[in-house]
Amino acid sequence: MPKYILKRAIMSLITAFLVATMTFFVMNMVPGGPFLAEKAVTPQAQAAMEAKYGLDKPLIKQYTTYMTGLLHGDFGLSIKKRGRTVAQIIAVKFPVSARIGGMALVLAVLTGVPLGAVAAFNRGKFLDNLIIVLSTAGIAIPSFLSSTLLVYVFTTKLHLLPSLGLKDARSYVMPVIALALYPSFYMARLMRSSMLDVMGQDYMRTARAKGVTTFKSIFKHALRNAILPVITYLGPLLASLMTGSFIVEKIFNIPGLGSEFVSCITSRDYPMIMGTTIFLAVFVIVMNLFVDIAYAFVDPRIKLK
Amino acid sequence: MAEEFLVNIQEERLSFFTPAGEVKALNNVSIQMKEGEVLGIVGESGSGKSVTAYSIMGLTAQNGKIVGGTVDFNGHAIQNMTEKELRKIRGNEVSIIFQDPMTSLNPVWTIGNQIAEAVSLHTDKKGKAARDRAKELLELVGINEPEKRLKQYPHELSGGMRQRVMIAIALACEPKLLIADEPTTALDVTIQAQILELMQELRKKLGMGIIMITHDLGVVASMCDYIAVMYAGEIVEYGTTDDIFYNPKHEYTKGLLRSIPKFHEKDYSRLVPIDGQPVDLLNPPKGCGFAPRCASCMKICLEVKPEKNYYGGVHYARCLLQQKEDFLKNSGKGEV
Repeated sequence: MPKYILKRAIMSLITAFLVATMTFFVMNMVPGGPFLAEKAVTPQAQAAMEAKYGLDKPLIKQYTTYMTGLLHGDFGLSIKKRGRTVAQIIAVKFPVSARIGGMALVLAVLTGVPLGAVAAFNRGKFLDNLIIVLSTAGIAIPSFLSSTLLVYVFTTKLHLLPSLGLKDARSYVMPVIALALYPSFYMARLMRSSMLDVMGQDYMRTARAKGVTTFKSIFKHALRNAILPVITYLGPLLASLMTGSFIVEKIFNIPGLGSEFVSCITSRDYPMIMGTTIFLAVFVIVMNLFVDIAYAFVDPRIKLK
Repeated sequence: MAEEFLVNIQEERLSFFTPAGEVKALNNVSIQMKEGEVLGIVGESGSGKSVTAYSIMGLTAQNGKIVGGTVDFNGHAIQNMTEKELRKIRGNEVSIIFQDPMTSLNPVWTIGNQIAEAVSLHTDKKGKAARDRAKELLELVGINEPEKRLKQYPHELSGGMRQRVMIAIALACEPKLLIADEPTTALDVTIQAQILELMQELRKKLGMGIIMITHDLGVVASMCDYIAVMYAGEIVEYGTTDDIFYNPKHEYTKGLLRSIPKFHEKDYSRLVPIDGQPVDLLNPPKGCGFAPRCASCMKICLEVKPEKNYYGGVHYARCLLQQKEDFLKNSGKGEV
């Protein structure tokens, strides 16, 4: 196991390096620059600013400078948010997104997995059809619509929940639900099909022949076998939920990493783009490693080599 | 009389209700079996041998329903029991071992866990006590290093070992009846013999009845007291092992016996296969189910369903040709 993790760590570093390199050059190929939107900038002022951030140097030089900084853990300065480093911004924004994303993940798993299991065990019956219809709708409805609907019902009509910001516990409810909706229903579908597959297996018949109750045969014998596809999905899901959703953060006015990521791209805040992309990539890589390790714990047949 | 039987199936009819229609899997099957006896059910795939045995523990697929007759096991009227009531018998009074030990054990739980589960479901032994019993059972089925095996997963054991584990699970609560659904089909020949020996040994030790489902006549010959030959959802011939092997009456039984390789005989004649396809139980034939494949089929066989005809003791067959021959013999009209 430690050897496996070391191997994966080295591969992850290579991946992160490639991501950084590609992002750097693709980013610079996109037309525009960080100072174009600013009004009435004199050529001298622009040249001075470009010089300050090193944008006047040849691209290769910029690249080597950035990568050297990165190796020393320096993500550079944000161009748009004067005086703050990229690392500082991420350190402030990420926990906000991670908290909401983490809660959404827990909610999604706790609803999606049982829903799928219950649907499978009631195959063809009313409950199954209901869950299929609900989950199809849940997957099809985009998050800006579900968020708006939530705000309409809970804030405008019922006056139960605040629609903006993160002041108290109540303000977490709607963003968490909005974020959890899609993954929850997606997992329900995954779980249902994999559960149906497992239910046809011989060992489920053995369980039945032993006199095991339906409840126990679902939760002991079927679930652990059926949950592997869900765990696979969990890795990328965890990364995407915890790094924030642009739409949900915009609608509920949450100062998270998701909205930061999109706005830094539109404003060509080069160091921010690099920083957030690399952060995201590393996060995805680490989550996938966790998933692979989790595999070995769930299914004893999987050996990590 | 009837209450003496461990298994008493009377005129059971069982159908599977599929989108294509009603599949009549069992037609008037009757089986009686006393405690401690070994019954072999022989027949080809789809002849209803597994379904007959499964119905004793209510283990047929959800769309399978008993539509007629009675199934009595150990004083329970199985056909009237709910799933909840059946659960109390399953694994307790009647157990089953399946054909493929490679897939019949849950891959994500240890052997010990799976045996102990069967123990604690029907007895007061929980936790440590159930585990101790599991170890005992592993010793009983002849697995070495039981302590170590308890912690292993199914994929770490060989096929023969896994089948032994399946037997250990089945024996957890010392059932009165053990159903063995082709227990050796998926195993190597040498392992097959070991498993059969083990089953015989355990039967002597524990005194349980066994229903042996197989298409291997060699297996039934060595193990069974009685044999039921099934074809197209019917028992076409029933008798003691000697009756079936030395005095077969039904053309299908004769065909089965002809298709066994005979290694001890000098003449190495070719095996005689039974031609044709099994019947379609969605549209069962009007007459004898075997008629379309029977080399000695008569016109009447296609029209009339043959009744049971007894040949001394419990031995009976459903064959019109045999009836005709018997009739000719008895009326002294010369050779048959």
